[in-house]
Amino acid sequence: MTQVTWPAVTRRDSAGGMEVGARAVMDAAELADLVDALRAEGYTVIAPTLRDGAIVYDAIESAAELPRGWEDVQAPGSYRLRRRDDQALFAHTVGPQSWKRLLHPPRMRLWQAARTAEGFTVAPDDDVPPRYAFLGVRGCDLQAIAVQDRVLLEGAHVDPIYRARRAPAFVVAVHCGRAGGTCFCVSMGTGPRAAGAFDLALTELLEDGRHRLLVEVGSARGAAMLAAMDALDAKPAADAPDGATRRATAPATDADVAAGDAAVARAAEQMGRTMDAAGLRELLAGTLDHPRWADVASRCLTCANCTMVCPTCFCTTVEDVTDLTGDHAERWRRWDSCFTLDFSYIHGGSVRASGLSRYRQWLTHKLGTWHDQFGTSGCVGCGRCIAWCPVGIDLTEEIAALRRPPEAAVPPPAEAP
Amino acid sequence: MEAVAADPMLPAPWRVARVRRDTADTFTLDLAPAGGAAPAPFAPGQFNMLWAFGVGEVPISISGDPARPAVLRHTTRAVGTVTRAMARLRRGGVLGVRGPFGSAWPTDEAEGADVVLVAGGIGLAPLRPALLRILARRRRYGRVVVAYGTRTPADVLFRDDLQRWQARGDVEVLVTVDRAAGGWAGRVGVVPSVLRLASFDPARTVAMVCGPEVMMRFAAQELLRRGVAPARIHVSVERNMKCAVGFCGHCQLGPDFVCRDGPVLPWARLATRLLVPEV
Amino acid sequence: MNTLEPILAEHPFLHGLAPAHVSLLVGCASNVVFQPGETVFREGDPADDFFIVREGDVGVELHVPGQGTMTIATVGAGEILGWSWLVPPHRCAFSARAATRVRAISFDGACLRDKCDRDPALGYELLKRVAMVMADRLQATRLQLLDLYERH
Repeated sequence: MTQVTWPAVTRRDSAGGMEVGARAVMDAAELADLVDALRAEGYTVIAPTLRDGAIVYDAIESAAELPRGWEDVQAPGSYRLRRRDDQALFAHTVGPQSWKRLLHPPRMRLWQAARTAEGFTVAPDDDVPPRYAFLGVRGCDLQAIAVQDRVLLEGAHVDPIYRARRAPAFVVAVHCGRAGGTCFCVSMGTGPRAAGAFDLALTELLEDGRHRLLVEVGSARGAAMLAAMDALDAKPAADAPDGATRRATAPATDADVAAGDAAVARAAEQMGRTMDAAGLRELLAGTLDHPRWADVASRCLTCANCTMVCPTCFCTTVEDVTDLTGDHAERWRRWDSCFTLDFSYIHGGSVRASGLSRYRQWLTHKLGTWHDQFGTSGCVGCGRCIAWCPVGIDLTEEIAALRRPPEAAVPPPAEAP
Repeated sequence: MEAVAADPMLPAPWRVARVRRDTADTFTLDLAPAGGAAPAPFAPGQFNMLWAFGVGEVPISISGDPARPAVLRHTTRAVGTVTRAMARLRRGGVLGVRGPFGSAWPTDEAEGADVVLVAGGIGLAPLRPALLRILARRRRYGRVVVAYGTRTPADVLFRDDLQRWQARGDVEVLVTVDRAAGGWAGRVGVVPSVLRLASFDPARTVAMVCGPEVMMRFAAQELLRRGVAPARIHVSVERNMKCAVGFCGHCQLGPDFVCRDGPVLPWARLATRLLVPEV
Repeated sequence: MNTLEPILAEHPFLHGLAPAHVSLLVGCASNVVFQPGETVFREGDPADDFFIVREGDVGVELHVPGQGTMTIATVGAGEILGWSWLVPPHRCAFSARAATRVRAISFDGACLRDKCDRDPALGYELLKRVAMVMADRLQATRLQLLDLYERH
């Protein structure tokens, strides 16, 4: 039961082809055709790949590069990959990266400047990013993209770098059939079923010796891509006696849909933790002096891993650099973290010098003041911060502790005889 | 704001028209737009991001007259790499300007009320535009008080202005210093103490406070003690800024982005936060 | 001296005092005037008076060899000057000089001390009020010590 609400998403039906909301099934092998169709449309397909012992999002040229038969085992402070005895494509969940690495890149040049007799000229960078197709966006991450949309597109200023990447992005979501070890999307109302703005959504059906994908159409663009995929695959089927062409997709039966629902329900039951998300804005505003902060501060290394892996953290810094002649200058933007000491530096010192204040800033922002600023929570329950924290700090536990009254520091004295 | 580039992250070149050394560590730059750009109007309390070519960028409050935006004036202390580079600029030098950004002092809202301006140190600079606007429309306000404190007599800013304002007869100007040797005929003491001498009706007063955070806290306490409503005490806070447009996240103070929701904020909104260390 | 009663009765220093105590204080009070530059009291003098400043500024000073006379605080209209009359050894810790023309009400501190010893209720009331003045000065002094406007 979740007390978290997210803004509703409207979808528009396609002019022709499948309706939004319609579902089809396809053989898992046909995913190759979807990838090919996306690439034929000029998209750079970003998908899960296996590298250095983790599942990371990278550009692929064919579906063969997807990690088959792998799942992740995650726990506080721990991430491992484990071989499965099947060829599941999406049994893993989320890894150390999120889609923000593509939409809100870690390092960008903003502009270059050159000294002139009159002063200087400034030229913004010609930013022509690739058109991305994201293959495998989980519910938590889909909501994280919506959260970043609100921060970077819907305020008084629009971030042109984010907009240039976000607007054309094609999203193929995946409804999770297996929970990660640290996630809690059910508590945060973000999954396992992806409920944001996607073009297509897949549910993996791996049972009875068949490996299929249930496909849900989320937009007119998604319907068109399915049609393009089918057109690519219009070749005579080997097993069709009359040479009829075989389409990649077939309409989903009720049994198919039920199987998809069951897979998602299984993932929901596997959730390893819950976050009581009710009233967090008020709770965090009212517990700034709670002794729990000192407790978590004694464990936190202020390493900033959590902010790097978090799909909604958006803080950046700027670096002004110049060449040796001093006549050319550039401004770069790169990711930054509120955990760094100089994040809050003003003349003479940092406002948040202690590790305690920096951990408190991160958590009270993510789960509290984000509501004041953007009208939603900043946390989507992906669990990355828990897995990638070297000391395994679990924010669901921290919140639970903050809800409890501060324990007495000293036990009351025994009654005099 | 025609003079601001369409992209608020791009600095526009402005030329130094005049440099003035105010005190040992404080200086004032008057800027004029280079290349014929139109002057950008600003509201009292707003700031610009000033960029020293190849060195870096800092937020500096505008200290000039809002009725004359063609002279873009900033008064600042030379305390870091960028401000020290700015202090070395001479007439004709060029500075990058982005802005103006931020919220403004409530000079319109204060019409009909008594106005108390409380400044500490360099805090007089962001308040100067507010006072100039108020004095340009003096009849719209009740009593006007300027209470200003700084370190020593040698650190008193805008001496000519202070004398001129005092000489008008319709502004109560109270100046005090933390420490003075003989020869200073003025007051010695802290700003909250000198506020006690000011005449204003707390029930119809709007206060605007700017200075070191500790000084603002104590000044606000004194104003509250006198009976000024917390919602009518406005302070200008300062935080680390990198973008000034609400994206980099550095300037957050609780739920507020100081670059966008501030720097001028009502005391009622800030009080609990400023009393918790390291928020 | 009765003409001082209406003036004193209005001053916050006497708020809440019983009428008998107010009369007693009025009985120990007199009007004084200092010209600009005139000494009000000198460091080391017996501290037998304290003042309510009605108009003008008094500089509290200390002479520091090598630095000259340092003004450490200004006491202005409505404020109380002097607490050493109540605190042993009843000697002025600092000097005080009128920075402008000063009109003040002077109280015979030595006489009031005797009365406080004999009437503890009066003593407590005066001690409370003087403690508030000292607390204010201490707070101001601490802020001055913090050197909030420090030069880097």
